[in-house]
Amino acid sequence: MSEAHATLVAEQFDDVVQQHQAASLGMWVFLATEILFFGGLLASYTIYRFMYLPAFEVGSRHLEVVWGATNTAVLICSSLTMALAVRAAQLGKKKHLISLLVVTLIFGLMFLFIKFAFEWRNEYLDHLAPGINFDFAGPHARHVELFMVFYFVLTGLHALHMIIGVGVLTGLIIMAARNAFSKDRFNAVEIAGLYWHFVDIVWIFLFPLLYLIGGRYS
Amino acid sequence: MASASATLQPPVGEEPVNYLNVAYGIKSWLLTTDHKRIAWLYLLTTSFFFVVGGVSASLMRLNLISPQGALVEPDTYNKLFTIHGTVMIFFFLAPAVPTVLGNFLIPLMIGARDVAFPRLNLLSWYIFVAAGTLLLYSVAAGGVDTGWTFYTPLSTSYLNSHVVSAALAVFISGFSSILTGLNFIVTIHKMRAPGLTWFRLPLFIWSMYAASIIFVLAMPVIAITMVLLVLERLFHVGIFDPALGGDPILFEHLFWFFGHPEVYILILPSMGVISELVAAFSRRRVFGYAFVAFSSFSIAIISFIVWGHHMFVSGESLYSGVFFSAMSMVVAVPSAVKVFNWTATLYKGSVSYSAPMLYAIGFIGLFTIGGLTGVFLATLALDQTLHDTYFVIAHFHYVMVGGAIMGYMGGLHYWWPKMTGRMYSDYWARLAALIIFVGFNLTFGPQFILGFEGMPRRYATYPPNFQILNVMSSAGASILAIGYALPLVYLIYSLKYGPAAGPNPWKAKGLEWETPSPPPTHNFERTPVVTEEAYAYGSEHRAVTVSAS
Repeated sequence: MSEAHATLVAEQFDDVVQQHQAASLGMWVFLATEILFFGGLLASYTIYRFMYLPAFEVGSRHLEVVWGATNTAVLICSSLTMALAVRAAQLGKKKHLISLLVVTLIFGLMFLFIKFAFEWRNEYLDHLAPGINFDFAGPHARHVELFMVFYFVLTGLHALHMIIGVGVLTGLIIMAARNAFSKDRFNAVEIAGLYWHFVDIVWIFLFPLLYLIGGRYS
Repeated sequence: MASASATLQPPVGEEPVNYLNVAYGIKSWLLTTDHKRIAWLYLLTTSFFFVVGGVSASLMRLNLISPQGALVEPDTYNKLFTIHGTVMIFFFLAPAVPTVLGNFLIPLMIGARDVAFPRLNLLSWYIFVAAGTLLLYSVAAGGVDTGWTFYTPLSTSYLNSHVVSAALAVFISGFSSILTGLNFIVTIHKMRAPGLTWFRLPLFIWSMYAASIIFVLAMPVIAITMVLLVLERLFHVGIFDPALGGDPILFEHLFWFFGHPEVYILILPSMGVISELVAAFSRRRVFGYAFVAFSSFSIAIISFIVWGHHMFVSGESLYSGVFFSAMSMVVAVPSAVKVFNWTATLYKGSVSYSAPMLYAIGFIGLFTIGGLTGVFLATLALDQTLHDTYFVIAHFHYVMVGGAIMGYMGGLHYWWPKMTGRMYSDYWARLAALIIFVGFNLTFGPQFILGFEGMPRRYATYPPNFQILNVMSSAGASILAIGYALPLVYLIYSLKYGPAAGPNPWKAKGLEWETPSPPPTHNFERTPVVTEEAYAYGSEHRAVTVSAS
């Protein structure tokens, strides 16, 4: 974008600082919304977990805990590269920025691939997909299904956020390649970073809540 | 014309350039990012939904003229009250004051050129229209009969009506509200003019800020709840249906965790309007400014811990009941603080009774009745008999129609000359306010007695001994309808034939009155600098000096 400097500050703002602060605050407020969005689900999950703990433990044992742990590691690494990308953007290092964003993108795609190919697919083949092919012979079948409902809704909603994040990263890479960012103009990278870290943190909560319910290794 | 508009002088013989005449054509409206034009888009769409909700209410009242049901089958009646509730709550009351008056006024009141995210603002409107269209589809396709509360398992397992599309409409409309709230919070934090400190802000801004917090924190909860509801209905997985392994009480908790803060979204913005009106028409600073400002925040915060008072008879534990009962009485305190302070503002003020002030005074009286009956309902023992009766309906409408809509109408009349540059007929406006007040009380007053005598809500028929009060209520509804139709006529008439209003027809304080009516696209010719407190009536110097930059 050759006119990048002409459009540095949108007309409703007085200066770059005000624009930058507004964008950051906007993202933080959005994340507050997101917390309540996941919060409603997590509260419901917690209540049912208290009510039907044995069934939830049974359900948890049917998840792919190794792949889940792998994905946790993948996401933590992606958070590191994202944080470095934001730093690179602040310093105006274009090449660093692009390569770090690409690595973050690859981590994100890796997470999604593992989720689809090694987790959801296996659970579907094991007849654990509620409402589609759920077939569970043991006791508490109804409440194991309830666990799987929450598993799919929580991880599905998280994956949806990951897919949006992957789209955002792709957009950032294209913009960076077209010289849209500079030392004075890195808002978009920074707030995308906030979003990415948030999605990462949600997973940090989901992993123990879903995969590591008490008694797995006893 | 004020000197502020001096540099905006147009070529000879033409109107000054303002946000209305700067561009014409449908595209200039549908692609606009000007907060003032977006306010108009919202005014048209929310007014449309007000008519939809109003017509369904009128049909209900017509039906209730006779104990056997004069007009419609019970099934149709169920659909009518569902349409009425869903449309009025999600598509009129929640958006009306924030998206019309808030959108138009927040940047003007804080001396900004626009909201922080103008394109996001337009996106909110499109999301709102998409949600509204989906809701209208569900109505046209055969209707929904769950009630606006969508209680499970009724909504997920038993009804054959169009629940999924209606629930998704509510889900989508939530995002419109979230984005509006987000935009307002950032705008109020970051876009204030130099010198405009937090305690110089008009109280309307404080109440919009408090309402925005609720938008951002409550709407996502209803959104995710609607997702779960739709999943249960489509895939027959037990989340809320006990027959499938779920728990219906959880749905009620989630719904009311959103639902009760929601009703404060509906009333808080109107409370802000009333603060402006009371100050402007008594020519006094609002008494106890800081108390009124902080009461908005207390309401926003406490509103999140009162939801259980909707569930006293749903098998909630006694201890929860006691807690929620106590908190519901606590939340009445900041509301009362506002009412006392408005009344104290009138004391020794030079009060004038233009149309907006009539609405404001109507608000104070009717909201007080609505609020006090709310305390009745928060009482555990009394709620056992009054729950789900017309007493609740009357209480809710005293707050929502007598409060929220009165405030909205008052605000619309107060800022209409700013929005259009034209003045409407004060005589007709005052007459309409009076008709609305009389019609309203005749409609909902008898419903307190009906409820107290035990008439349950949501039934198409009733025992014959309730007929007299029901006929009174229906008669009141027709008067109310006339009252609401009148402004449609004289306000539209004023657009073409009304006299020019000038920048400050009410001689009121506030930045929005320091710029021409209608304002230019960027609101102010130069960024204003604020040197005095809000509502500095009686002080000699103007609220604004023009900065050198």
